[in-house]
Amino acid sequence: MSKLLNAKELLPCDQLSAGSAAEFETGDWRLGEKPVWHPETCIQCLICWIACPDVAVEVKDSKMTGFDYKHCKGCGICARECPTKPNKAITMEKER
Amino acid sequence: MVTLAKTGNEVMAEAMRQIDPDVVAAYPITPATEVVMIFAQFVADGLVGTEYIPVESEHSAMSACVGAATTGARVMTGTSSQGLALMYEILPIASALRLPIIMCEVNRALSGPINIHCDHSDTMGCRDFGWLQIFSENAQEAYDNVIQAVRIAEDPRVMLPTMVTTDGFIISHCMEKVEVLEDKVAKDYVGEKKSPYSVLDVDKPVTIGALDLTDYYFEHKMPVIQAMKDARQVILEAGKDFGKRFGRPYGFFEKYKLDDAEFAIVALGSTCGTARVAIDELREKGIKAGMLKLRLFRPFPAEEIAEALSQVPNIAVLDRSDSFNAQGGPVFTEVRSAMYNRNAKIINYVYGLGGRDINVAQIKEVFCQLGRADKMPMVNYLGVRE
Repeated sequence: MSKLLNAKELLPCDQLSAGSAAEFETGDWRLGEKPVWHPETCIQCLICWIACPDVAVEVKDSKMTGFDYKHCKGCGICARECPTKPNKAITMEKER
Repeated sequence: MVTLAKTGNEVMAEAMRQIDPDVVAAYPITPATEVVMIFAQFVADGLVGTEYIPVESEHSAMSACVGAATTGARVMTGTSSQGLALMYEILPIASALRLPIIMCEVNRALSGPINIHCDHSDTMGCRDFGWLQIFSENAQEAYDNVIQAVRIAEDPRVMLPTMVTTDGFIISHCMEKVEVLEDKVAKDYVGEKKSPYSVLDVDKPVTIGALDLTDYYFEHKMPVIQAMKDARQVILEAGKDFGKRFGRPYGFFEKYKLDDAEFAIVALGSTCGTARVAIDELREKGIKAGMLKLRLFRPFPAEEIAEALSQVPNIAVLDRSDSFNAQGGPVFTEVRSAMYNRNAKIINYVYGLGGRDINVAQIKEVFCQLGRADKMPMVNYLGVRE
């Protein structure tokens, strides 16, 4: 968490800077399970990227490259929606 | 300057025409109906460039005002009583977002029982919502106050919404002689609206009205508190400049025969006109009566009021609304707090609820009772069948 500003440091007229949600790291909301990506199984359909409610699926040049664990809340939607068979490219695993 | 015969509502609409706001969103309600009705006619006739938004309720009216104001638009509205009460949810959002919305508020008793006449319960109900509250004694002051309110509210030191009030029917519907400025002169005084941001500016995106919990809510309230304090200086500057340009100076309040007074009343709004007559008649009999007519209720200039009343030993504060077994009405509790540690006897009269008339004889009776102020109850009810 970044340093808390005092009243005089705030932007005038109750403005807040835009796009600052990235500074709020929601990764510490996870309750013991995190998604793990298995690139050897992944077919790059990007359904996980579409389904993730926290923009925590990292994509570079239209390819899934892994997870942003600082923001992933561990909801498991990506693992559930992953269509590869018989082995999923995303599985939920216990965190240590 | 032209001299016209106009009612309070007509002259507030006239001020709005000269201000030519970008957006007006309003829902008509007695006795403020004419303010926005006449203004809507100005829009229909093409006399202003305003986007007029007819809405389905006052809640929507104030919501539309807030949305419009975040784009940097100059925004105005008008309402009364239940209409103001329906806006209550949105009013503190307007002040928290620092949106200088101007409201023509015509004081009318809150229901129930349902009533359409003047008291100050509607305006007093939102006294702690971060809005500036300016009261008017007559139509002339209503006009002058609306013109000044825009400049005060939009000053970078203030940036707070402001309501200018008149008294329902007593001012809103009575025709009086009013001196109205030339359009250009009024526009010059008001000036151009400047805004620190616009939500429509895609090159400079901002977040407005986000959730603010235990870690920041308090910090975000502090600038509003500071702006309300700073508004005092801005109000003085605007009133002084108004006087310099147009010959009618304004301050926090007006002293009427107060400097040598032994007995004084403190009041807001149209009742001050009646009180002047009572004071003049008492003065003819050699009774040193006087008045402090408050113009501002928010911000409340407590030190200056205490100073103005410092030489008066007996004071009656007149409240046109009650606080239901608080320590007197809202004006009384403020004035009495301002006078803490001062040597004056201060009592309260709650009067005129639901438009109950207050006449010269009753105000003279208040002065008469001030002669034995130490034997009077702290809170008295004037003009009611008990």
